[in-house]
Amino acid sequence: MALDAVKLVIPEAELELAGMPAMEIRGMTVSYGDKPAVFSVDTVVHAGSMTAIIGPNGAGKSTLLKAALGILPRVSGQVSVFGMPLEKAKAKIAYVPQRASIDWDFPTRVIDVVIMGLYRKLGLLGRIKEQHTTDAKAALERVGMTEFADRQIGQLSGGQQQRVFLARALAQDAELYLLDEPFAGVDAATERAIISVLKTLQAEGKTVVAVHHDLATVTHYFDHVLMLNTRNIADGPVATTFTAEALQDTYGGRLATAQVEQLQLPVA
Amino acid sequence: MSGFYAFLDALFLQANYNATLVAVGAALLGLASGSVGAFLFLRKRALVSDAVAHATLPGIGIAFIVMVAFGGSGRSLAGLLIGSTLTAGLGLFLVDWITQRTRLAEDAAIGAVLSVFFGFGIVLLTLIQTMASGQQAGLEGFLLGSTAGMLFEDALIIAVGGALAVLAVLVLRRPMALVAFDVGYAETLGINTRRVDMAMMGLVMAVTVIGLKIVGLILIVAMLIIPPATARFWTERTEWVIGLAAISGGMAAYLGAAISAAAADLPTGPIIVLVSAAFFGLSLFFAPGRGIVAAILRRRRFQLRVHLRQGLLALAHGEKILEPLTLSVLLRNGFIRADGVATESGRALAAKTLRDEKRWDIARRLHKDDAVASRYDGLTPIEAVLTEDEIAEIDVRLGPPQMVVP
Repeated sequence: MALDAVKLVIPEAELELAGMPAMEIRGMTVSYGDKPAVFSVDTVVHAGSMTAIIGPNGAGKSTLLKAALGILPRVSGQVSVFGMPLEKAKAKIAYVPQRASIDWDFPTRVIDVVIMGLYRKLGLLGRIKEQHTTDAKAALERVGMTEFADRQIGQLSGGQQQRVFLARALAQDAELYLLDEPFAGVDAATERAIISVLKTLQAEGKTVVAVHHDLATVTHYFDHVLMLNTRNIADGPVATTFTAEALQDTYGGRLATAQVEQLQLPVA
Repeated sequence: MSGFYAFLDALFLQANYNATLVAVGAALLGLASGSVGAFLFLRKRALVSDAVAHATLPGIGIAFIVMVAFGGSGRSLAGLLIGSTLTAGLGLFLVDWITQRTRLAEDAAIGAVLSVFFGFGIVLLTLIQTMASGQQAGLEGFLLGSTAGMLFEDALIIAVGGALAVLAVLVLRRPMALVAFDVGYAETLGINTRRVDMAMMGLVMAVTVIGLKIVGLILIVAMLIIPPATARFWTERTEWVIGLAAISGGMAAYLGAAISAAAADLPTGPIIVLVSAAFFGLSLFFAPGRGIVAAILRRRRFQLRVHLRQGLLALAHGEKILEPLTLSVLLRNGFIRADGVATESGRALAAKTLRDEKRWDIARRLHKDDAVASRYDGLTPIEAVLTEDEIAEIDVRLGPPQMVVP
């Protein structure tokens, strides 16, 4: 086939995205009262990366994520998403909240939760059409939850609940996925299912950011890491950033040397 | 009997003009308050409506005084409602402000605002009664509602206000439900969650104000909260909670108005609340799924299944059964005789139960951390989870079946 038969048309939007960081946070400070939970954080999430946010309990991981999304008010700092101010870029973002933040007795079914992800397409008054239900079911299919579509959400196990919320984010068809502790309290099968979906997203050119707790899996799951303890201790590629020294700086005395040795860290 | 016919007349709008106005007005109010209340209920801020309602009272007093000062009679419903809206809005703002600016929880803010506004309102009402103009203001009617002298234009205000509130619910149902379910996520979708909350509280204020004439400010809370609480027993879906709350609110108000029209001495507002409470009580006990009776039956059925299984396993192992419930379950199913000895069918089922137990053991090892393992509860028949082929495969490992000897 002749080369000129192949049309090389790159949509303008994608051209714009190329080379732009997925998210850029500058001078972000968030506080509860007058005690900063996140202090003066600068960081960049590279487009197409899979980034873990790690740090000890109370280090401000979830707070940073929520403030970056405008869920929590910030004392100072600016956020841009693909080079645009946050407010203009919300269509490109999908957020998966912490499971503990949800009222599981709320009267809503699995399929209804996934359809929430289509809110921007439905608008205020748009009727839920065949196509929307099909899209929602396709998202459920990707996380292996099709057969639970009609269940009330409280009747699911923790892992299943987490998958439903991932399906809702998938239905949004976003560019940047932000997940708050997606692996907390889920079974091994769910953890495998979630990581496989996230890797697929990355292969499709999407960007994934997750607050993560399990240091043992950081090198397997992620290629970039942000090590946070109120301040940005270190960020960058896992291979050069996720070092024993940086871990000691982030976790302080809370991490025994033996634990660090078990992690089989990349040699810096 | 005449009371019953009077009730039927009122029910079919054949009673006098006033009763008809009240019944239609009440039904529309119930529809609006039920659907608006559903969002308040889902957002878990039901009690804020109590603060809003009590904060209307000073507004009524002030509006009366202002109208009289300008030479009016002070009894124009529209004028009084405007006044009550203003102070209700102020009360709502204060609850919000206190909650956000201090470390006080919302319930404390509600309690403080509610009682202070109500107290101030009562002071104003007392002052008005001693005012030089001396006329019978009848403002106490707004405390518990008074429908006796309801005018056509009063009903019109309720009808138009109620219809607008229902329309607003239809337009805003999706963002309001999203904010109620998961406010952080709603924010990331680009929904202005503060504005949605304000719209919801605005609707609550509107319903409260137009409900003052019929049920009064003390009982309007019941019309906002009881219908969605009732609806919740019947469904697991958000839209249906809203729809059923609207229907049960509308029906309770209509029935209540008809009853109070039939018996001249019964006050409309309180009767509406009692009818609504009756709907709630019926749902609480008899709703399938979430009702109390259904829950008791479910637990009992589960308990019997557990005892049957334990009993059969005990038979299979030849153990002595002491638990009276286990014995009675086995006896009722004909698996043992009255003297405790296993019957033939009892022995057969005991053997199968034991065998299934061993099959499950193998199945669980084969399907380690798989969906099948999570469906093992010891009570589901193995045939309902695994296919015949799978069971046959397990049986190969298990060897031939064993008899249970009597």
